[in-house]
Amino acid sequence: MDLFDILLSASFWAATIRIASPLIFATLGELICERAGVLNLGIEGIMVAGAFAGWVAVLNGLPLWGGVAVAMAVGMALGAVHSVLSVPFGLSQHVVGVGLTLLASALTFYTYRVMLPEVSSPPKIAAFQPYEVPLLSDLPFFGQALFSQTPLTYAAFVLAGLVALVLYRTPLGLAVRAAGESPAAVAAQGLSVTAIRMGAVIVGSGFMAVGGAFLTMSAFDSFFFEMVNGRGWICIALVVFGAWKPGKALLGALLFAAFDALQIRLQQTPMGALVPYQVFLMLPYALSILALVVMSRRAEVPAALMVPFNKGER
Amino acid sequence: MVEPATPETVLRLTGITKRFGAVTANDAVSFALQKGEVIALLGENGAGKTTLMNILFGQYTADEGTVEIFGRQMPPGHPRAALDAGVGMVHQHFTLAGNLTVWENIVLGAQPLGALSLNASAARDKVRALAARFHLKVDPDARVGRLTVGERQRVEILKALYRDARILILDEPTAVLTPQETDALFATLREAIGLGLSIVFISHKLHEVMAISDRVLVLRHGRLVAERATAQTTRHELAALMVGAEVTVPEVAQASPGAPLLSLRRVSTPDSGTAPGLQAVTMTLCAGQITGLAGVSGNGQAALSDLVSGLIAPTSGEMDLAGAPVRGWSPRTALAQGVARIPEDRHKTGTIADFDLTENAILESYASRFSRRGWMDWSGARRFAERLIATYDVRCPGPDIRVRLLSGGNMQKLILGRVLESGARIILANQPVRGLDIGAVSYVHGRLTAARDAGAAVLLISEDLDEITRLSDVIHVISEGRLSPPFARGTMQPQELGIWMSGQRFDEAGHAA
Repeated sequence: MDLFDILLSASFWAATIRIASPLIFATLGELICERAGVLNLGIEGIMVAGAFAGWVAVLNGLPLWGGVAVAMAVGMALGAVHSVLSVPFGLSQHVVGVGLTLLASALTFYTYRVMLPEVSSPPKIAAFQPYEVPLLSDLPFFGQALFSQTPLTYAAFVLAGLVALVLYRTPLGLAVRAAGESPAAVAAQGLSVTAIRMGAVIVGSGFMAVGGAFLTMSAFDSFFFEMVNGRGWICIALVVFGAWKPGKALLGALLFAAFDALQIRLQQTPMGALVPYQVFLMLPYALSILALVVMSRRAEVPAALMVPFNKGER
Repeated sequence: MVEPATPETVLRLTGITKRFGAVTANDAVSFALQKGEVIALLGENGAGKTTLMNILFGQYTADEGTVEIFGRQMPPGHPRAALDAGVGMVHQHFTLAGNLTVWENIVLGAQPLGALSLNASAARDKVRALAARFHLKVDPDARVGRLTVGERQRVEILKALYRDARILILDEPTAVLTPQETDALFATLREAIGLGLSIVFISHKLHEVMAISDRVLVLRHGRLVAERATAQTTRHELAALMVGAEVTVPEVAQASPGAPLLSLRRVSTPDSGTAPGLQAVTMTLCAGQITGLAGVSGNGQAALSDLVSGLIAPTSGEMDLAGAPVRGWSPRTALAQGVARIPEDRHKTGTIADFDLTENAILESYASRFSRRGWMDWSGARRFAERLIATYDVRCPGPDIRVRLLSGGNMQKLILGRVLESGARIILANQPVRGLDIGAVSYVHGRLTAARDAGAAVLLISEDLDEITRLSDVIHVISEGRLSPPFARGTMQPQELGIWMSGQRFDEAGHAA
C-alpha cells in the first residue's frame, strides 16, 4: 500500500540519507566531546553559528569548501570557549553548554542583522550540487538512493569511519576514551587530561558547526532563523542511542532521518488529509524516544562524563 | 643480606619537604635506593608515605628538596619525566579505565599521541610475554571493568613493566589482596629484583615488610624517624618505631555464647554478575559470639553480607530472627531488628563523602532517633556526633567538616561508633580494618570484642586469615557460595582453612554425599 510504496522508492532513501547528514556530523562531534568526559550542550548554538558562518562566507565570495572551513573554524572557536570554562575551570557543564547555545544563537542573529541590515528575504548562494558517483550512480535503485548525494553527505559518512578509526585504533583515541572513563589513569601516564579534553571539545564543536553548515550549503541554499530547529538536541539523544559508539550513532541518525522522510511522505497520502499534519511532525520524535528506550537501557555511559578533573585532588 | 660489591644508587631523595596549608606532610626526608634493593616505607596512615611517593613520581611538587633518578635531577611536578626515567608507580587506588581492555590500559600513554596506529598485536604480544615472565596471569583482551581487584593490580604492575620501569613504587599493594594473591605478588616482586629492578614498598603491615624488604624506613608525622636493615630488626621494634610507643596486641578471651539471634537454614540467594550467590547455607549467629567468615574474595561474601543487611532476600531456605521467621526482609526491617553494618567499602556505602560528620553519624537513625514530628533534631544530632567523636577517638576539627576530609581510619571509627551506639544486637563487620594502620586496627578489634562481651552477635567477614583466627569464636569458610560447617576457636590450623578456602574440601564432601 502507501507505506509500502514509500519504503520501496529510491527517493525516500535518498531523502533519508540527506536528512541524516547534518545529524551525523553533529552527533559525531558530540560523541567525541562526551567520550572525553565533557557534555557539550552548546551543540544547538554551534550548529546555528556554523549554518550562518558557512553561508555568509560563500555569500562574500569564498568557494563552497572555504565556507565549510569557515564554519568549522567558528565552531572550533566556540568549542574553545566551552572547553576553557568546562575543563580547566571545571564549571557546570550544563550551565556552560546552555549558556553557549544562547550566546552563539544570539550572536549569530545579531551578526546577521549587522551584515544584512536591509534584506527582507535572505539572499541565496550556489549550494553544493549532487555528485553522481561514476558507475555506482548507474546502479538501479541504489544509484539513485545512495550515490547521487552532495559531497558533504559523502563526507559525513567518511567522517564516521574516520572517527571510529581514530577512537579505536590510535593512541590518541585511546587517551580520549580513557579521559572520559578514568582521568586519573590518563594523568598517571603523564598525559594531560586538560589538553585531551579541551582538544576533544574543540574538534567536536568544529564537526557540529559543519553539521549546521550542511543545512545552508547543501540541504538548502540560504540561511533563515529557526533553521537548526532542535537538531542539536536530537544529536545529544543520538549519542546515547548509539551507546557512545560511532557506528551505532550513525545508524541512529539514519533511523531518525528515515522517520522524518517518512512523515513528510505520509502527509501526502490520503491518510494525510484525515490526520492533522502536526501528528506526522511528531512522529520522528516519538519513535526516536521509543527507540532510545529500547536501545539504551544497557548502554555504558563514560564513567567520568560531566566529572571535572582536578590534578592532585582525592 | 649480601651487599653488592659496588652499589649503584638508582634513586636519591634529598631534603624533601611538603606542606599542605598548615600541615607539614613531609619534613626534610632524605634517602637513597640501591639497584636490586627493596626498601619498605613504613608508617601509619597520615605519616606522609603516599605524599612522598607522589612527589617522587612528580604528581606533587615539593616545597623543598630534590629527586634524582639514575643521577639525573627530576623537574618537579612532571610525572612524564619520572616515567621516562624508569619509575613505575602502582597506586593504592588503581588508575585504570574500566571501559578499556587490559592491553589498552597498558599501552595508554606509552605511544606518542600523534601515532597513526596502536599496533595492537605487537602490544598484546609484549603484554603476554611480560605476563608470562613475571607470572602475572591476566588476559590481555579482558575488559578491566570486569576484573577482580587482584587482577587489576596485576594490570597496574604490567603497566609499569611495559614501560621498562626499573624502579617500582608500590603503594599499599596488599591492602586489597587475599593471602594467596599477596604471596603471588611477592613472587613477582622477587622475580623483578632478580632482573635488576629496585623497589619501594609502602606498607603498614609488618609481616609483609619483614618478608619482602632489605631495608626499612620508618616515617612518623612526615619525618624519617628510623632506618633499619630488615635482617637486624623485629616486628616488635618496627611497630614501636611506627607509632612512637610500645604496642600491645590484645589477646582475645574465649566468649560465652548466648541465645541464637539469627539463623539461616539452607538459604540460597541468586548469583549477581560474576559473584556467586549463596547455596543452601546454614549458619547461626549467637549472642556474645564473634562468627568469622574466611574465604577468598568474590566467593559469596557479598551475598551473605547483603543478605544479613537486608539488601537481598533469600530465594529459598529459612531465615529466623531470634527464633521467629523473617518476613518482608529489607534494609529497613534489618535496621529495625537491630542489625548494624560496617560496610565493606566505607567510601561508597559507609559514608556520604560530601556530608558532614553530624549527618553521617545519623545516617541510619535520622528518622527514628533524631526527628520529632517530621522535623530534624539537629542539635541532638550534633551532640550525638560530638559524643561519637569523643568516645571513638575520631580525629577531626569538629562535627561540621565533610567526611571526605577524614583519613580512612578516622572514617572507620566514625562508622564503628555509629554501629555500636545504635544498640544493635547483630553487628555485620565486613572488612572492618582493611587499609587501617596498627593503632586503628587494634582499636577496632578491641571495640568489636567489647561489643561481643556486651552480648552482641558479630559476623566478621575478612580476607585476612590472621584477623579471622585471632578474633573469631567460630569460623565458617565460604567457597563458591558454599559454607563450611562451623569450626570452634583453636580447632583449625591456617593450612587446613586454606584447603577449605580453595574449595577442595567441599568437593570431597560433595563426592562423599
